[in-house]
Order: sequence, then structure tokens, then C-alpha cells
Amino acid sequence: MKKSNWLLLVLALALSMFLAACSGGGDESADDGSGEGSEDTEQQEGNEGEEGTSGDSEQVLNLSDTADIPTMDSSMATDTVAFQWLGSTKDGLYRLDENANAEPGIAKDHTMSEDGTTYTFNLREDANWSNGDPVTANDFVYAWQRAVNPDTGSEYGPYMMSGVIKNAEAISTGEMEVSELGVTAVDDYTLEVQLEQPTPYFESLTAFGTFLPLNQSFVEEQGDSYAQEAESLLSNGPFKFESWDQGEGWTVVKNEEYWDAENVQLDEINVNVVKDTATGVNLYNSGEIDRTNLSSEFVDEYRSSEEFQIKDEPTLFYLKMNQTGDILSNVNARKAIQYAINKQDMTDVILNNGSKPSTGHMPEGFVSSPGTDEGFREMNGDLVTYDLEKAKEHWATAKEELGMDSIELEYLGGDTETAKKLDAYIKDQLEQLEGLTVNVSSVPFEVRLERDTNMNYQLQFAGWGPDYIDPNTFLNMWLTDGGNNHTGYASEEYDSLINEANTDLAQEPEARWDNFLEAEKLLMDDAVLAPLYQRSLAQLQKPYVKGVYVNPMGADYTYKYAYIEGK
Amino acid sequence: MVRYILERLVYMFITLLLIATLTFFLMKLLPGTPLSAADKLSEEQQAIVLEKYGLNDPVPVQYFNYITGLFQGDLGLSFQFDNREVSTILLERMGPSMTLGAQALLFGTIIGMLLGLIAAIYHNGFLDYGSTFIAVVGKSIPSFVFAGILQFYLGVQWGLFPVALWEGWEYTVLPTIALAIFPIAIAARYMRTEMLEVLGSDFITTARAKGVNRFGVVFKHGLRNALIPLVTIIGPLAVSLMTGTLVIENIFSVPGIGEQFVKSINTNDYPIIMGTTLFFSFLFILIILIIDLLYGLIDPRIRLTEGD
Repeated sequence: MKKSNWLLLVLALALSMFLAACSGGGDESADDGSGEGSEDTEQQEGNEGEEGTSGDSEQVLNLSDTADIPTMDSSMATDTVAFQWLGSTKDGLYRLDENANAEPGIAKDHTMSEDGTTYTFNLREDANWSNGDPVTANDFVYAWQRAVNPDTGSEYGPYMMSGVIKNAEAISTGEMEVSELGVTAVDDYTLEVQLEQPTPYFESLTAFGTFLPLNQSFVEEQGDSYAQEAESLLSNGPFKFESWDQGEGWTVVKNEEYWDAENVQLDEINVNVVKDTATGVNLYNSGEIDRTNLSSEFVDEYRSSEEFQIKDEPTLFYLKMNQTGDILSNVNARKAIQYAINKQDMTDVILNNGSKPSTGHMPEGFVSSPGTDEGFREMNGDLVTYDLEKAKEHWATAKEELGMDSIELEYLGGDTETAKKLDAYIKDQLEQLEGLTVNVSSVPFEVRLERDTNMNYQLQFAGWGPDYIDPNTFLNMWLTDGGNNHTGYASEEYDSLINEANTDLAQEPEARWDNFLEAEKLLMDDAVLAPLYQRSLAQLQKPYVKGVYVNPMGADYTYKYAYIEGK
Repeated sequence: MVRYILERLVYMFITLLLIATLTFFLMKLLPGTPLSAADKLSEEQQAIVLEKYGLNDPVPVQYFNYITGLFQGDLGLSFQFDNREVSTILLERMGPSMTLGAQALLFGTIIGMLLGLIAAIYHNGFLDYGSTFIAVVGKSIPSFVFAGILQFYLGVQWGLFPVALWEGWEYTVLPTIALAIFPIAIAARYMRTEMLEVLGSDFITTARAKGVNRFGVVFKHGLRNALIPLVTIIGPLAVSLMTGTLVIENIFSVPGIGEQFVKSINTNDYPIIMGTTLFFSFLFILIILIIDLLYGLIDPRIRLTEGD
């Protein structure tokens, strides 16, 4: 008798669990699909409220990231997570300040030769590595040479330095000795850099992860195990690694050896790897993390919260149109596509995360005029907006010129949840054009890349984020032989505008700026691409987290000046 | 017996070699390269990086190199984690997955067997229908739904267990329960069916007639006979639980192997794909062997006694 009572109890408990499960099933199933739209989506953070909260605010920030750090070797890093934590634990020649301008890091200042191709950096003498070694000019020479050395197998080294640092390209393909790289240590605290050509954005480039210094004796002593765990890392920045467990998370603590340690307020930052958005939200609500990213299905629930914020990103998404095909070689057909998509509805309803319609090929709030400080986007205005009437006119002309009544186009899109939703919407919008049928192929990123390179597509959903803070990063890819052009666009006028900006006008910021403005207009006029949207990130952040700066490139956030107040 | 085991080991080896070969060539059919910034490099630059990893060689040569390495116990270096040893990554990531899997298997089969037993004893009664209902629900509702509910109620609302992350034993409770739902359902179903059949046998009637009470009959005479089919399915179940689950690991932020495996396929991290596949296969084959040996212990009728 006793036994069966006990069994009954177990059964009842189990039953209640299952019943609860059934009733809640509906709303929970949505949590799972938190897909994001594009290639560089790694980035997610949250600050975690660590347990110990006594009277005064503890200077501990608790965050989450959606992915592991693949590597902490600055020569090998290629992704946002690695660049974030390289940026938090290391100082390059310069750092980015609150407004993304260069502020002194290891370099106190620099002089530039008259032709703009030689930079001489004066390094501070009070900067040390976390093992006590001084940071010297040789650390930069070693790091940069290592990054372009073909034996290293770096991807970003050749990419970031080719065409910028003298001889980098030839060295990366093995045609020249590594020692020929245009960087020399004049003495311990003077670094001379030779550039291929004047590069107006070079200062901000030195803040990027690939250009960070390396302590030669430490790296060589560690050999293959360099930067693979917390113990095989050195820091010369605001924080240093205390622990790092693959797949789980990592902890950085204040680096007392840092030259500017007095301005660093946080004692500790804990980061946990949290891949699921719903889990991030649950952890945030239970106080485990101080910031979390929201996917669109959570935005409505939290939009009115005071902790809700939108983080703007300078990443653009657009439709690439392959002009080598017989239909899209027609400029009117391309223009019709540019105007036919209601982008406002797309960002409000489908993305629903603060993303904004884009109307050109330069993100809002990314760069501003060297003369007047007015933003690029504001100056060039909305170049391509939704205008169905105009689209239909262009379409009618196109059909006439092509002598076709019904037209089929293949559309190459991504295979994530969000991508599929977007693609279906875009197809629907484009088919407002009479006689147009759009066939969507959803393929994995790798396949899309391959077909892009081989120009085996008609319409393609694509995205681009900046590599440095200068209009050139968005505009030079459309040069006739641009490495990422792949649309068949070849315009002498466009080429000469961009090339002139990067050669003759490189030393005249204002005239150079005008060239870029002109180039963007031309790009839209020639209907090389159809702008779609500029991505934003919706997130929740606890009100006691202060002083976190958001950067447009490199490390997404600057924690050097962050602090906790009123927790 | 010894000869039988040796024979099985030889087959095991051949099977693994076949799996390695098949996986290797299938994997090479995946589009793309392991480069993460392929779109930003010139073809010349890409070729130089690929050369460094020996990826410019013809596929048969790459295969030969890989198999040679394998015989020397070298699983290679990961691409996505910048030259970390594959074996190190596997070991690190297997730990959490196996812990969860083992706990879920233990918890799941014990509860499941109890449910099945109750159902069989109270055949066609309220308890029978109740436990069958649970089994059906457990088998048909996916585990991520349970996981979400457990996390929300037990974690966020009631604060009984940590919401997610991996910092101690209490962090394993919720993922274990979520993972156990499936084995509970399976074990309950098998147990009930088998037990009903066994309980209808003549020897049970005899035992009852001799005056053995109801529970004595079930536990002493019935259980052992009803276990055989269960043992058959527990093997594969154990492997699938212990090799990690993408969904549960993501929801509870467990640093396990399941998630890593999927990611390695998406990033063309060839050495990790191979290493994980081979390791999973090895586990599978090993478990099947163990199960075959276990049969003999449980059921004397299957014992391999002929010859030696």
C-alpha cells in the first residue's frame, strides 16, 4: 500500500511536468529561431551581474558572446569576437576614442612626411607588457612582418596591409623578403612606417587588431602554443586574460602594468558563451548578465523598457546585380529593381530590430566631411528611395528595349531563417513589376561566395561592413577590377574618381571627399546595386553599466572607460 | 569468447577505416574552403594560405596523408581554432556532453522503467493510461520545447536551478532533465510491452500459484526477462545522448561537442569534422560490442558457449 502511494506521487509529479510543458509549448517554440541575416553576425554581448553585490558597486561587468574566441593571435584573427578581446587587452599605436577618432595608444604622436608616405611614430616610454617587458618599436616591426609573412598563414595580414604598407603585397605572395616590409625601428621608441601611397585613414588603421604589437621573445618562446590559452598570452592594454575555457567563456581583469591604468575603472569582465537569444534574455532577466542582444521576436516585448537600446552598425545590405547577363545589362531594368522595394516596411516588420532603410552606399553616421563635419549620408541625401511608379516606368522602358514581355530572374539568397523571410519579401516586392518572375535559390554562405566569385548569379543579396573608417572602404570595391566587384560594372568615370581620390587628392581631404560624394551618386545612377538596409542591433543593457563606447570597426565596444554605478 | 572479441575488434577496425574513407571524400564535396576571409583575399593569396595547410594537393594525396597521420595517432590541427590540436578540442568538449548524456541516460531509464512497470502491473487501469500518456507526450514533443519551459519556470521564475551556463553540478540539472525526457518515454514503452508479455507467461503463473506476491513476481521473475529488448535500444540511445545535442547545448550554454560538430561542418574545419565523426563512430561500435556481450549475461539462452 505504501509503495503504491509513493508511485502515485512520482507519477503525479511527472504528469504535472508534462502538462505544464504542453500548455506552454506554443510561446516557447519561437525562442529557438534567432537567426541573423549576414556573414558577420558573431557579435553578441551582455553584461552579467556577478553574484557579489555589496553596498558599493563592484566594478565587475558580466557579458556574453555568441561565439568562442577562435584565436587570440592578432596575426591570425579574422572575426569580431577575436578583434573585440584583442582590442580590450592590447593597445596599438593608436586607439579609437568615443567618436571613433584616433587617440594616443602606444604612440604619443607622429609626424608625416610631405608626400604623405612616411609616418614616424614617437612611442611612449612608460608602456609595458603584462610580464614587465617594455613595449618597443621592434614589437610592431615583428608583428607586422609576421602578419604578412606567407609562412604565418594569416588572412587578414595580407588583406589589411596590401597596398597600404610598402611591399606588403609582394611579401605576402612570396616575391620579396619579409625584411623588405616598409616598417623599421629607428630606435626603441621611434617607429618609421613607409606606405605604398598616401593613406589618409592610416591613423585609425593602426588601431585595428592586425596592427597590434607582439612581444617577439614571448611569442617565439611559446611557439605553436602561443595565444592558445590564458597563460600563453601577453597584454599591453587595459585588461589582461585571467582565464579562458574553450566553449565556456573567459575572464579578463584590469592590467596593473597598463600605461594608463589610472583611467581604467573596471576590475573584471566576465564573458560567457551564450548562443541562444532566448537563453541570453533569461540570463539577463535573472541578473546573470548585464547586456544581451534581442532578435526581432523579442523586440516588441521589450521595446518600451528603459533598458532597451539600439546599437547602430555601419554594415550595409543590398542587392548585387550582375550586369554581364542579358537582362540586367539593361540599366532601366536595374533601376526598376532599385525603386521597387518598400524598404521601410522591410525594416519595420521583418527585421524589427532598429535597422534602417539604406538609400545609398554609405552608412549613416559612419564618416563625416573633413571640412564641415557634416555626415556623408546627409550630404548626398537619399539617393534611392521606394517609388513604385518610377520603378514601373523604368520597367516598361526596359521591357521595350529588351523586346521581352515576361522576364525571369534568379535570386541568390542565404539559407538562414531571417534571410529566407527577407528573400520572400523582396521577391514579392519585385514581382509588382509586371511580367517579372523571381526565382529564389537559398544557398549556404560558402556557395553564395563561390557563385559570386564566378559571377554565376543574376540578383544576389549581399552585405558589407567597413574595414577602416573612410569612404573608400565602401566605394573602392566597385572599381573595374575591384576584388569584390563581381557585377561586371566597369566605368572609366567611376574608376578615375576613386583612383584620383587615392592618389593625386590623397593629401587634399576636402577635394578627396567631394570625389567620393560624386562617386556614390554615379554608383547609384548607374544602378550597380539596389540598397536595402543598414543593420542595427536591438539590445537590453542594465542601467548601471556606464561608459561603454561603441566603435564602427575593429573592436565593437571599448571597455577601457566603462564603469558600474548604482548597481 | 576471447576469439569472438578479437574477431569483433578486427571488424571494428575495418568499419572505422571505411567510415574514415567515406567521410573524407564526402567532406571534400562540401563547397568552399576553411578560409574565413576568402572574400577578401586575392586568389594568389588564398592559394598561399591553403598551401600551408596542404589543401592544394590532390584529394587522394590529402587522404593518404590524413590516414597516415591517423595511424600515428595524429588527428591534425583545427582550422577555425587556429592550429589547436583536434584531440585537445575533442577531449575538452566531450566532457560536458558525456556528463549530461550519462546523467540523462541513468535518470531517464530508471524513471522510464518505473513508469513502464507501473503501467504493466496496473494494466488497463488509470495508472497504465497515465504512464502511456506520458510516454507518448515525451516521445512526440521535441526536447527543446521542454528545455525552454524548464529554463523559464525552474530557472527564471522560481529560481530553483541556474538558468544556463556551466559552472558546477547544479548547472547540469536542467539540461539533464530536458535530455532525459526522450529516454524516459522510450524506456517506459519498451518496459510496459515486454513486462506484459512476460507477466502472461506460464512461469509467472506458476510463481503466483506458489504464493509469491505481486511485487516479488514482477521484480524477481519478470524484470530480468523484460530487460533484453531494453538493453538493445539503450546502446544506441547512450551514444546519441553522450555525443551531445546541438539544441540542448545551445539553450543551456553547455560547452559540449554537439554544437562544435555542427559548427565545424559549417566552417569547413576538415580535421574537426573527421576527428569528431571517427570518435562518434568508435563509440557507437564499441557500445554495440558491449551490448552483444551483455546479452549473454542477462540471458543465458544467447550465451556464446560453443567452441571455446
